[in-house]
Amino acid sequence: MLKIENLHAGVEDKNILKGINLEVKPGEVHAIMGPNGSGKSTLSSVVAGKEEYEVTDGKIFFEGEDIEELAAEERAHKGIFLSFQYPVEIPGVSVTNFIKTAINESRKAKGLEDMPAKDMLKLIRDKAELLEIDRKFLSRSLNEGFSGGEKKRNEIFQMAMLEPKLAILDETDSGLDIDALRIVANGVNKLKSKDNAVVVITHYQRLLDYIVPDFVHVLHNGRIVKSGGKELAHELEERGYDWIKEEAANA
Amino acid sequence: MDLKDKLVSSFLAFENRVDVDTHVHNVRSEAIKVFEEKGFPTKKEEAWKYTSLNKVLKEDYSVFPKQENALDYKDVKKYLIHDTDTYNVVFIDGKYSSHLSQTTHDGIDVCLMSSALTSPKYRLIIENHFNKAATADSLSSLNTAFSQEGVYIHIPKNKIADKPIQFINFSTGTEASTLLQPRNLVVAEENSHVQIIERHQSLTTNPVLTNSVTEIFTKKRAIVDYYKIQNDSENASLIDNTFIKQQRESIASVHTFSFGGKLIRNNLNFFQEGERIDSILKGVTILGDKQHVDHNTLVHHIEPNCESHQDYKGIFGDSSTGVFNGKIIVEKEAQKTNAFQSNNNILLSDKASINTKPQLEIFADDVKCSHGCTIGQLDESAMFYMQSRGIPKKEAKALLMYAFSNNVLNSVKIPELKQRITKIIANKLGVNIGFDL
Repeated sequence: MLKIENLHAGVEDKNILKGINLEVKPGEVHAIMGPNGSGKSTLSSVVAGKEEYEVTDGKIFFEGEDIEELAAEERAHKGIFLSFQYPVEIPGVSVTNFIKTAINESRKAKGLEDMPAKDMLKLIRDKAELLEIDRKFLSRSLNEGFSGGEKKRNEIFQMAMLEPKLAILDETDSGLDIDALRIVANGVNKLKSKDNAVVVITHYQRLLDYIVPDFVHVLHNGRIVKSGGKELAHELEERGYDWIKEEAANA
Repeated sequence: MDLKDKLVSSFLAFENRVDVDTHVHNVRSEAIKVFEEKGFPTKKEEAWKYTSLNKVLKEDYSVFPKQENALDYKDVKKYLIHDTDTYNVVFIDGKYSSHLSQTTHDGIDVCLMSSALTSPKYRLIIENHFNKAATADSLSSLNTAFSQEGVYIHIPKNKIADKPIQFINFSTGTEASTLLQPRNLVVAEENSHVQIIERHQSLTTNPVLTNSVTEIFTKKRAIVDYYKIQNDSENASLIDNTFIKQQRESIASVHTFSFGGKLIRNNLNFFQEGERIDSILKGVTILGDKQHVDHNTLVHHIEPNCESHQDYKGIFGDSSTGVFNGKIIVEKEAQKTNAFQSNNNILLSDKASINTKPQLEIFADDVKCSHGCTIGQLDESAMFYMQSRGIPKKEAKALLMYAFSNNVLNSVKIPELKQRITKIIANKLGVNIGFDL
């Protein structure tokens, strides 16, 4: 589904990613872990198509197609979803209207008519229930004055509405208390299927107790320096990242 | 001959066409003297520092339209709010079009200024109100000197106008260039309520300059909601002089939507002459090309316990320019005044610019006054956020701009008008999104 080959990318003159190789197949859950500043968020932004980042070498394929030239919205239409570490506040646009616009724009791109209002309402209701979201919450301005937990739950709600093929969850666990973490993780697990894939980007192993990865990759200094199964996450939790840094330095 | 001389000498010709033996004409004669003495304002004056009329005044305007023109309803329907019932007063090149209008004398008066100025029935109201709110600045004086046609609205005590009143001034371009000077009077008596929509629409690429004066009186506990749609064609310029005198416990609101035209100057003045008055001034400006809009507002707090709320949003693209000059005066007697002013702007291009200047003159010591202005760009991180959800750049931009102007749009009390404005904005931004915020 997603294939990244020797990806080098950066912002302005700063190289951040220095040769990433990664393959994610349908049905898989991958975790990308790593210390602060290792390039985790850059990787997610580059895959989602943020313009400020420049790809200097390497390729990103999504379902076999090189997506380098595609705008962020075109990547979204193809089924890539990024859950933001810091969701942006947009005063004046309600959660409902935002997601309605997003869904109908995606449909427009596929040559479909707007979703009938009745179906839209039902879909919103069902997905809100799945994530234990209060209906009142949906009429509030997008992310404005939301608590950390509400923001993240809202991200997963949008994911549930848009039903992406590939979901990248960037530090979705940061700022969540244990209850919110459980709700968010349950939501993600319910949305998981053999046809879609999830990439969880996280600093801590905590979220991975709930969303269990098939593969764990450690990112350090712009490269994946170690890959393994879910037990690698536990090892990182116990031993920290220093030994990884040392290994990488000695390699 | 320059425009000023032409106008001053036209006054004699004008006098041949009107009854000169009236109170109103005495006022006109005084006004032409003021205009002759002051002339058109120049950039040397503080209030006109950022707006030059030079280019606009260079045209050889025809002052009195030579022929009468007719328009078909089907051709002008789109400029009217037609999906709800309204009273309509339509002018074509300054002349009343009875066939496009629907006036009334049933309970309320919605009719022509020309008949109000001459009919004995309205003599007292005219004498007590005509030119009693307008100031003696040069442009208002020019309008007063030639005042003859426009809209006259009188809402008697305890009456609620049963539907909104809209009036629209069309210009057809049969003259090479046209100067229009509509003169409007609105008197809302004690405890009455009225909603009014005003629009100027040029149907030509020939230059049109409109110098309008509207005087509004809101008596004790009256409510007036006034909406101005300024979405004119590229060679049409507008100088709008609006004066509102409020008595105790009245509420007056003016919404100004400026989306088109070559040059627009809004002189909007509120005078609070009683206690517990609320004055509301809101505006959304969205400009492109080389358009220029200048909002020049004044709120004069004279008595205690009153409020004013100003909220202007501006979005400037291409080489467009904007000015916001908001003056608030709080007199010594006007204790416990709450006066708020905010002006927020987004610049979409490096060549667009905005000059914003709050001016507070406060002589009372127990007041709450705040003002704030911001100038920024569209939030890039918000753009990426929306794009990553599948909303294309242009639509994302439009959505952000709607959101930016949302609280002004939301205070429009006529749903059909709000819808229409939303549509004009969508057209202006070149998007077709069905969101209702």
